[in-house]
Amino acid sequence: MKEVIKGHAWVFGDNVDTDQIIPAEYLVTMKNSELAKHAFENAMPKFASQVRKGDIIVAGRNFGCGSSREHAPRALIGAGVSCVVAESFARIFFRNAINIGLPVIETKLASRSGDLVVVDLRRGAIKNERTGESKRFPAYPPFVMMLIEKGGLIPYTKEVLGCRR
Amino acid sequence: MGKTISEKILSSKSGKDVRAGEIVEAKVDYVMVNDITGPAAFDEFEGLCVPPIRNKIVLIPDHYVPNKDVPSAMQAKKMRDFAIRHRIPSYFEVGSGGVCHQLMIEQGFVAPGRLIVGADSHTCSYGALGAFATGIGSTEAATVFARGVLWLRVPESMRFTVDGKLGRFVSGKDVILTIIGDIGVEGARYASMEVSGSSISSMSISDRVTISNMGIEAGAKACIVPPDRKVDDYLRGRVRGAYKWTLPDADADYADQNSYDGAEIVSVVAKPFLPSNVAPASETPVEIDQAYLGSCTNGRIEDLRIAAKILKGRKVRNGVRMIVVPATKDVYDQALKEGIIKTFSDAGAFVSGPTCGACLGGYMGVLAPGERCVSSTNRNFVGRMGAKDSEVYLASPAVVAASAIKGRITDPSEVSR
Repeated sequence: MKEVIKGHAWVFGDNVDTDQIIPAEYLVTMKNSELAKHAFENAMPKFASQVRKGDIIVAGRNFGCGSSREHAPRALIGAGVSCVVAESFARIFFRNAINIGLPVIETKLASRSGDLVVVDLRRGAIKNERTGESKRFPAYPPFVMMLIEKGGLIPYTKEVLGCRR
Repeated sequence: MGKTISEKILSSKSGKDVRAGEIVEAKVDYVMVNDITGPAAFDEFEGLCVPPIRNKIVLIPDHYVPNKDVPSAMQAKKMRDFAIRHRIPSYFEVGSGGVCHQLMIEQGFVAPGRLIVGADSHTCSYGALGAFATGIGSTEAATVFARGVLWLRVPESMRFTVDGKLGRFVSGKDVILTIIGDIGVEGARYASMEVSGSSISSMSISDRVTISNMGIEAGAKACIVPPDRKVDDYLRGRVRGAYKWTLPDADADYADQNSYDGAEIVSVVAKPFLPSNVAPASETPVEIDQAYLGSCTNGRIEDLRIAAKILKGRKVRNGVRMIVVPATKDVYDQALKEGIIKTFSDAGAFVSGPTCGACLGGYMGVLAPGERCVSSTNRNFVGRMGAKDSEVYLASPAVVAASAIKGRITDPSEVSR
């Protein structure tokens, strides 16, 4: 996982549910790139065609509420999203993101779409380059940080099981 | 200080004395995946170097079966192939199964004190029988196939007490929607809800499942009803293996406590586009195009009986489609035996076999732009059951049936006999 992430913001409000991130009718594939074609199809129709590699999602409260579909963080990874910053996350989305290696940061960052946002994962710092606002965010619990450092739950599980990488 | 049910179960399953806030790796009793979350788990599992722990795995195709199109047929086939290749005993084929959560309960996988995870957010349903059950993703399900354990943060608990006699048509659905209306869609985020009180004790297991099922709509990790004799009665002749009740200590530490007077709860609906957007059914007389009865939330025989009693000898109003989806084969068979299927058919309703169907906008009753549906399901997000400008009003089976007769959202007392 990259320790410093720079990207342009896509701004969303509160309670962005998994049906908005990826509508259920497209849950017939697990290919990140296929899922990405329909990311936010109803909620923000221009997203899929205009998102660029490295962009960052900045949202309000309870991001990713609703279903357990891992297709949601996978669609965002497929779209090139480098990080999701939200005031708070629904717990299954949070777990899924950590487990598959999509950085998720729980903090409130005032932003407009297009703002350049810089995230330093190790230092726990985030900055909006347009407004100049800098914030610190709390470190992950040690177990979660260990998962992130190993690249997610699958590499960790392989290590525990003694599988060859 | 004593412990909550969640702290006790996760202590027992991790072999450590743990409290809220700690992270554990806990032994899982069962892990369930369905046809849309399973395929990714199967792919991830193939990268691990051990055979699956066969007797812990439950495979249930339900979301897009019978298959709605070729891609969904390929996903269901992937599950079938995995079950055959790894000789997984608990695979429930179309014609023998149904909606995963009802099937997990019916088939005796769920019991008090167990830790059950499922790659579906409504796995929290099993809390109704005193289990700690929570929704997970596909990747983590794959690791449970291999190791039988999963990392979990021990949640804080919030206690909800509902006392008093509920009104004639007031159900578990009205209780949980009323609670979600109060605390909001993230009111229990990361927390475990513990729901008890005399209204809950006098309720059927079916109604309790509806309550636990929708804990996730308040953001909860688990939604647990302390077990009682009704749970034992339900499990007799059904449960797999032995179990023991896990009850909270009298001095357990709760992050929050809320009390409700059951007598004051009325039939409600959750208006678009959040389950917390709750209003009395009697004050929401919007016209509807469709009435949908089914799902893991309200597709049990008890739900069908209530709706059939209201619909018996009456007709679904002209211009309204009513769709009835029994949750499992057992529910279907029982409804057939009791003449309930005929009652629905005579009323002009369409009855399908078990499937998640249109609950998540899959098929079997999706909505056109601008259409409105009153539905016994669990989510009313934008586009949940079809077009992005269609609308879903969540309600109890009684409200769904009464509304189908009137063609507008109706409090069931208005059509009662």
